[in-house]
Amino acid sequence: MGEELKLLGVWGSPFSRRVEIALKIKGVEYEYSEEDLFHNKSALLLEYNPVHKKIPVLVHNGKPIAESLVILEYIDETWKDSPLLPQDPYERAIARFWAKFLDEKCVPAVWKSCMSVGPEREKAQEEALEFLSTLEGELKGKKFFGGETVGFVDIVANFVGHWTGVLQEMAGVDILTEDKFPVLCKWAEEFQNCPVIKENLPPRDKLLAFFKAQRETITNFYKNKV
Amino acid sequence: MAGSVVLHGMWASPYSKGVELALKVKGIEYEFVEEDLTNKSEALMRYNPVHKKVPVLVHNGKPIAESLVIIEYIDETWKEGPRLLPQDPYERAKVRFWTGFLQQQLFGPMLSVLKTDGEAQERAVKEAQEKLKVLEEGIKGSYPGGPPSINGDNMGLLDIVGCPILGAHKVLEEVLGKKFLDQEKYPRVTSWVKALTELPLAKEAMPPHEKLVGLFQFIRSRALESAAA
Repeated sequence: MGEELKLLGVWGSPFSRRVEIALKIKGVEYEYSEEDLFHNKSALLLEYNPVHKKIPVLVHNGKPIAESLVILEYIDETWKDSPLLPQDPYERAIARFWAKFLDEKCVPAVWKSCMSVGPEREKAQEEALEFLSTLEGELKGKKFFGGETVGFVDIVANFVGHWTGVLQEMAGVDILTEDKFPVLCKWAEEFQNCPVIKENLPPRDKLLAFFKAQRETITNFYKNKV
Repeated sequence: MAGSVVLHGMWASPYSKGVELALKVKGIEYEFVEEDLTNKSEALMRYNPVHKKVPVLVHNGKPIAESLVIIEYIDETWKEGPRLLPQDPYERAKVRFWTGFLQQQLFGPMLSVLKTDGEAQERAVKEAQEKLKVLEEGIKGSYPGGPPSINGDNMGLLDIVGCPILGAHKVLEEVLGKKFLDQEKYPRVTSWVKALTELPLAKEAMPPHEKLVGLFQFIRSRALESAAA
């Protein structure tokens, strides 16, 4: 078919990994290109995402798509096997709602809880606990947000499933703990053990070492982003 | 695909207005419940416990929150009537990208411009102008043929989101007494907004100019008071 599929990403980014998980679930082959975000963004990245200059960017037959949630929907609509979103419009709406909640509320709050200082950090921690509690409620004893198998929301929740544990260890804070969020922690375990997810998560110790060493660089880098 | 359709909204909210526009484009009959945001209804709190915000669409008793999620739901549920999103996945991705940009990147700075003065306002204006520049370049790159998405006389998702947010520039300009959307710097954005606000649907459905001016003045003076306090 002469299809050309390329992903510009970063090994440690949850947003980048979401796209990889989706492509792996769909069984689609792609070329991966690792970007050096802090020091040297490639000319290709700047050309393909002039608006945000961020990863991930998926390039399909020369056409670039940016923003991980937009990319996930594109992937689901282009490769119809193994659907990521449910079929029913109402259930799709619910899934999209939770994806937005994760991205706009959970991720920034958890990130700031671990990366910020002072009052901003305290406020973020309060929020993070509140938001995770909401998520815990939504899981309602389901195995995954998607039901019996990993779905759209689970993929988007990868930050909660894997990165949160690493960040809170690095920062020495307690956010996602078993005593507070037993359901969410159980989900995180199931999530990480899922074959297609397991193969597409950055190794925990490598991620921890990375965040520890780079904490200052990252904090300055992300000051204006999250 | 009838049944009961109720929209909890607020007349001046661009998010709420977007959903109204979507319903009208599709020709869907709905009941509108005007929410007093200082005294939200028990129903709203029940339908949107997570955010407690408008808009919320309640279809046959089932609530959906978040304007973009609602509009996609409308497009997928009522398949008769004009499409709100294009059919092609890449075109859909472009629309989703730019609607996200309008809501997340442009609206905030515009609100800041309204609520600040002095140096803080200069910073807000600068940020908003940067976003407008990005939008201008984006329209040039993504939609070289002309206005982003008006299909025939029907608004698509990008128009539905763009109209309330960008259409408010006139209100902002009247309240501030200075230009915000410079036609020379942003010709494509300006001509798109102009085309949108001229559509019969916009004329019928957008909040009345004077009423919005009054609200913006109120928001501005209250914000400046509390900043000074």
